[in-house]
Formats: sequence, C-alpha cells, structure tokens
Amino acid sequence: MISNSAAPLRGAAVGSWLRGANINVLREVALLPVLILLIIVGTVVSPAFLTASNFAGIGQQSAALGVVVVGESLILIIGGMDLSLESTYGLAPMVAAWLVVPVSAYGAGTDWSPYLGILVLLVIGGAIGLINGFLIVKGRLNGFIVTLGMTIVLAGLQNGIVKAQTLFSLPGPFGYLGAASVGQVPVSLIVAVLIFVATGLFLRYHRGGRAIYAVGGNPAAARAAGIKVERVKMAVYVAGGILAAVGGLMEAGRVSAVTGQQGYQEGIIFNVFAAAVIGGVSLKGGRGNMIGAASGVILLGIVGDILDLANVSNYWIEAIDGAVILFALFLARVVGGESTAEES
Amino acid sequence: MTSSGQALVEVTGVDKSFGTTRALRGVDLSIRAGQCLGLVGRNGAGKSTLVSILSGLAEPDAGTVRFGGQPAPRAGDIARWQEWIATVFQHSMIVADLSVAENVFLGATPRLVNWREVRARTRDIMSEWGFDIPAQTLCRDLSVEQLQVVEIARSLARGARCVVLDEPTAALEREAAKRLFERVRQLTGGGVAVLYISHHLEEVFEICQDVAVLRDGQLVLTAPTASLSRDDLVAAMVGDVRAPATQRPGAAARPKAGPSQVVLTVDNLSADSHRGRLAGVSLAVRAGEVVGVTGLLSAGVATLGRVVAGAEDTAGGEIRLRGRPVPAGRRDLAQRAGIGYIPEDRHAEGFVAHLGIAENATMTITRQLSSRLGLLSPARRIAAAEPLTSRLSLVSSGPGQPVGELSGGNQQKVTVARTLAHDPSLIVAITPTRGVDVASKELLLGSLAEAAAGGAGVLLCSDELSDLVICDRVIVLVHGEVFTEFTEPPFDRDELIVATEGIAQEAVE
Repeated sequence: MISNSAAPLRGAAVGSWLRGANINVLREVALLPVLILLIIVGTVVSPAFLTASNFAGIGQQSAALGVVVVGESLILIIGGMDLSLESTYGLAPMVAAWLVVPVSAYGAGTDWSPYLGILVLLVIGGAIGLINGFLIVKGRLNGFIVTLGMTIVLAGLQNGIVKAQTLFSLPGPFGYLGAASVGQVPVSLIVAVLIFVATGLFLRYHRGGRAIYAVGGNPAAARAAGIKVERVKMAVYVAGGILAAVGGLMEAGRVSAVTGQQGYQEGIIFNVFAAAVIGGVSLKGGRGNMIGAASGVILLGIVGDILDLANVSNYWIEAIDGAVILFALFLARVVGGESTAEES
Repeated sequence: MTSSGQALVEVTGVDKSFGTTRALRGVDLSIRAGQCLGLVGRNGAGKSTLVSILSGLAEPDAGTVRFGGQPAPRAGDIARWQEWIATVFQHSMIVADLSVAENVFLGATPRLVNWREVRARTRDIMSEWGFDIPAQTLCRDLSVEQLQVVEIARSLARGARCVVLDEPTAALEREAAKRLFERVRQLTGGGVAVLYISHHLEEVFEICQDVAVLRDGQLVLTAPTASLSRDDLVAAMVGDVRAPATQRPGAAARPKAGPSQVVLTVDNLSADSHRGRLAGVSLAVRAGEVVGVTGLLSAGVATLGRVVAGAEDTAGGEIRLRGRPVPAGRRDLAQRAGIGYIPEDRHAEGFVAHLGIAENATMTITRQLSSRLGLLSPARRIAAAEPLTSRLSLVSSGPGQPVGELSGGNQQKVTVARTLAHDPSLIVAITPTRGVDVASKELLLGSLAEAAAGGAGVLLCSDELSDLVICDRVIVLVHGEVFTEFTEPPFDRDELIVATEGIAQEAVE
C-alpha cells in the first residue's frame, strides 16, 4: 500500500502469477486432510475399503453425481441456482430411453437408434436449461422458485410418460457410458474426470470462463466492461442442463435401467449442492473452482461407501448421511477460511 | 474556541495493521465538546481505519481510546460505544422500508415497543436540533439529505456526544451541503463534538475550527484551520515528494488543434431515469476534445453519460459514433463501437471486488488478449495491465491483489485502466474523481486529458466543478435540457454555479 507501483509487480512474479490465475493453493487443497482422515477411517472400518475394486466402485457411483456438480457449480458461480438439475438428470435419460427401447421394455415403440437417443438426451438437457435461463435471465424471475417449479414439472413428466414403470434392456451404446470399464477403470469415471479437468481449465484460462467469474462476482461491473452478461448466464444454464442429462445417462447405464425414481425422488440435489458448497463454491456467486468441487464429490462418495461397508442399518443411513454432510460443511467452512463464511 | 477543558474523545498511540500493511502508526487525536475537527488525508492514509476504530468496529493493535476520561467499551459492543460516539457513514445505514422513528431507534427500542413514545421521542430530538422530518414518514420516501439527518438524529438519540461524519457531502447538492453545514454548527453550538472527514478542503476551511492530517497512517499535522492555507494542507497530505505526473492538467496546457473529426453526435436524446431524465439533448464531441457536462444532481448529467455509454436505455433520440448509429441500451455494443465507460459508482459497476487488479484492468480486452480458441494466459493479462497500472501510479501488492482490498483512489484507477485498455475513441466518464484524494484526482484527470491528446473524445459528466478544469467546453444541463454552454476555458466557477441553477447570465448582470 505504501510501496511504489512498478517494483512489486515484478518482485512477486511467481506468487502474482498464481494469484493472477486466481489460484489459491492452500484453499484448493483445504479438504485434503479431511479426505485422508476419511480414508483412514474407512481402512479401519473394513478391510474391503482400501482395494482397487472398491475405489473403482466409488468412482463409478460418484461419476454421475460429479458431472451434475460441475453443472451446478457453473450455475452457482454466475450467481444463479438450479434445483431442477435433479429432474433433468431423471427426465432426459427417461425420454431418450423411452424412444430407444422396445415396447416390451415399456418403450414408446419408436425403437430409435441409441445414438439418436443420446442426441435427444443432450437436446432435452439443453432445452430445459434454455427454458430455465430464459425465465430467470430474460423474465427476471427468481431462480429458486422457477427451478423448484421446473423440478416438479419435470419429475411429473418423468413419471407420467411411462406411468411409473421402469425402462430396461437399454441397448449397448446407450448404457456404455455408465456400465463399461477400461480394465478396472469405469468409463464414466474417465469421462467425469475429463469433464472436471476441461471445465476447470476453461474456467481458469478461457475468456468465457473468466467472464463467468466476472458475471458472478459483480454483474453490473461485468456489463460495464462490455461482457454480455445475459448471454453468459443463459449459456451456463444450458450447459448445466446438458451436464445434468449426461450425469443421468451415466446413472442409467450404471443400473442398466431408468426408473421413475432417478433424480427427483432420490433427492440427489441435496448431495449436488452439498458437494459444491463443501468444495468451496459460493452460493452467492463469483467464487469456486473445479478442484474444490471435485474434492466435495470425492468426499461424499467416500462417506457413502464407508457407511455401506460399515453395514449401517438402512433405517438410520439417511440420518447419518445427512449428519456427516452437515459436519463436512462445517469442516470445510473452518479449513476454507474467511471467504467461505456467510455474512451474518 | 467554543469550548475548552477535558477531551470528549481521546485516542492515544493507536497502531493498526492489516497483514503487512500498517494502516495506523501511533496516532494521537482528541476532540473536545463543541469542537468541529476536520480529518483529511489521501485515500489509503488510514482515515477509514481510524473511523472503524472510533466507531468500535475494529480494535487497535496498540494504544487506547478514551471517552470523557474513561476507557472505551470493548470493541464490538456497539450499543455501549454509541452512547459516546456515532458515525454517519458514506453508505447509508438506513432501513428504507421502516419509518423515520423506527430508524432513529433501530436496535435501541425496549423489548415491548410503545410506538407512541418512540414517535414522540423522535419528534423531541428532531425539534431539539431544529430538524424537520415527520417521525412517521417511510425512509424510502426521503431524499439523501433527509436520510443523513435521520442518521444524525439516530446518533443523538443514543446519547452520543460525538458524531463522526464520513464524507457527508459526497452525495449532496450544493444547497443541501450548505444546510448540512448549518446543522453541524447547531450541533457544535449545542456542545456536540464533530469529527468531519472530507476530501473537499474548502468545506474543512468553512466549518472546522481545527484540522488533523493523516498521511501513510501517521498524524502529521493538527492545527487550527485559521492558521493554515489550502496549500499548507495539501502539502501536509501529500508530503514532500510530489510525483512529476501530478501537474495540474489544464485544458490550456494542451495544444489547441484545429477543428478535428466529430467522434460523437448526440441528437435529441431523451430518457426516463430515476437518476434524472433527459428531455432532448443534442451535442457533439470532436476527436481530441474534452467536453464537460455539468448540472445539479437531478439535472440528468449522469443519465446522459450512462445513456451514451449504453448502460441505460433511451426513450428517443440518436447516438452516433463517427457517423455510425450506436444501438441504445447495449453496453457491449457501445464498447465494441469504441465507447469507453467510467461509471459513476465504482463499487456498483467499476470492478469485480475479489478478482485481481490485472484481471479487472483487462476485462474490456479479453477478446484481444485471448487466442483464437479463447484461451487467455494470466501472464499475458498481467503484461497487458502493467503499463496501464504503472501509468496511473496504482499502488498495490501485485497484479493479483483483489481490487476490493485497495483504497478508493486506487480502485478508481483500476476502473480507469479498464476503460483506457480498450483504446476507446470516446470516453464517457461520470464523476470520475468522486471520493478520491487530491493527488489521485489529478492523476485521473491527467489520464483523461492524455487520452484526449492522443485523439480520443472525452465526455466528462460531473457535478464536481474542479473536474471541469480539463475541459475545452462545458455544457450545463438544467432539468434534462441543455441550458447553456461555456466555450472558453478557464471557466468561471461562480458563472458555472449560477448556470447550473438555471439562472441565465443576463439576469445576473
């Protein structure tokens, strides 16, 4: 503050490069101690925990959630919120599968090619995002109530279309993303990791990614700097919808079916928000990154796995799961520093 | 001296650091009952920190605060603190949807509220100090000036005998500011101590008996204002070294070019805005020309700037840049066309607080900086920002420092850098020096004059007459219409003031 301008600019070159790229190393690995602790706990709880196949299982189960978390994180960073991702996650694969599978598996009888089905899935995800974005950005409606309403509409459609039946005998290519493995490594995990890395790099090094932070941090300032704020927001809602649909496709492949429960009735949106927030994505916009979001997803995955391995009674598992998430939120707040605090 | 004897508020040896920044160093300050003490200093000199400590919001690292000889309450115990001292901040602390009476007693009502009594006590305070705002009015319906009165009344209602006024005239019109001075005199006359913080030195000379100067966290001067000249005060604020770039950038200093190309044409522009409406404004700005626009707060000065910059929509009329029409209400297209924009309120529109200096300064040129695929390297961003920030003598800990951490003047430099970065052919600057210290002010105005010398047109919309020294012409708006135009610098301050009131020159003479 008292020093003069030019010298410190060069002096702190490395540190400033890091800060210039908006990297705060300490904050980004903030969850690492917690993860290590959980792994120790898991190892103590069950000898089956620290095995490659168990971790492959965690990866496969977390991949679908992770992809949705990427979408929700983007929406949170622009200062929005989308509760309906959980319904998109159910409806998009449901409609796609309905058009693909035979009548005997409760299909529509159209018997479309699975590739066409996947295309339809992506289009549905994008279209839902577009409608949400339109209502919120152009219609200037409150994002919470719009997407809450949308959640219920979509979940209703999901049940209505197939009268609460479960669609099965998904053709190979349709289920490939969720079911296949390369060696021990599930394809869904590979794809999810790629999505995280690509999104992380995009946010950090792409003009569009930086615009997302600017819009979330201060939309008026972003607009004054010539950024097309509305277009950025719309694009992010669309991307969120598409990512939720891809997550849903992974889940459908993993369980080889699309149930009426997938998404909304499983209540996955709580886990989506929890993973993002544990990972340091601010609900007020402008802050958050993919390393954090990924740590949040991994943390929830490991917690779920440990609860499974510990044979916690089914009657109690939700209470314990919820309590662990609340505890993790608190821990993330403590290790994440002041910037993760809510204003009182 | 209106009063003597024991100090009402006494600060001794106060130190305060934030990280490596020493915001205050061994500050001693005392205020007596009935005294109006001015506190001046450049942005970043430590005024805000001192105010936080005096308001009980921050605890000093060392040193003491005493009220009437007693040690001050624990920092953070605002209720007890406010029995002694209360601050009227620049940003209003009024709850708009509550009544005047509720705001005056906000947080100080008993558990069961007797509204009749609260209103009666509000009326008592108002009449005791000669204020005239009905207790039942909703604060939403009050003017900025009246809101300030409510805040002062709130301080007095708590029993505070020392009132800190932080930049109280920043949002006031001239007449309202005069009425404020009257109120300050009433307060001091009634034995209240006032700490008056301002960038406007003439105000300090007008109403403060004494003045204290902070520089780099140290109190460098405390003296009766009568014993000082304006230059003495500026010298104390700035210190011995004045940067070479702080020469006064008068319009006369620039070579007068012949008639150059018209950059901006505004034709019959009208707009409805809560900032003041426009009713058919036409004007033109040539390349290399600085055109000032001034007027009273609601005359439409800021609206004109915002509409030209595309930050606000029009209700009619046309804006042309180099002969090409610019679509109204689209900031992105206006910028693409070559219109730079320095907004009125930098906190609202000037920067993204938690992003770094380099990123904010280059926010307008991400397209140019990024590769064909849109990739943008932080190193390139920093390299692009460096010449801008050093030209504006921006003081920071590095290009990655979040802009929210900077002082007001340095934040404004980031906003200006962001505008200069995209090399606009027209710069719209709205009150670019508001809340900025003297030296930064000259740097900022100098950078605009420099941009004009480089061939840009500048539309400088400001109600601060001291900004207009760099202008080649000044257009005065009254009620959203062009009232008159001054074409020959230097401009006479009094003539300008008279014109902003809508009084024609002939009538005066």
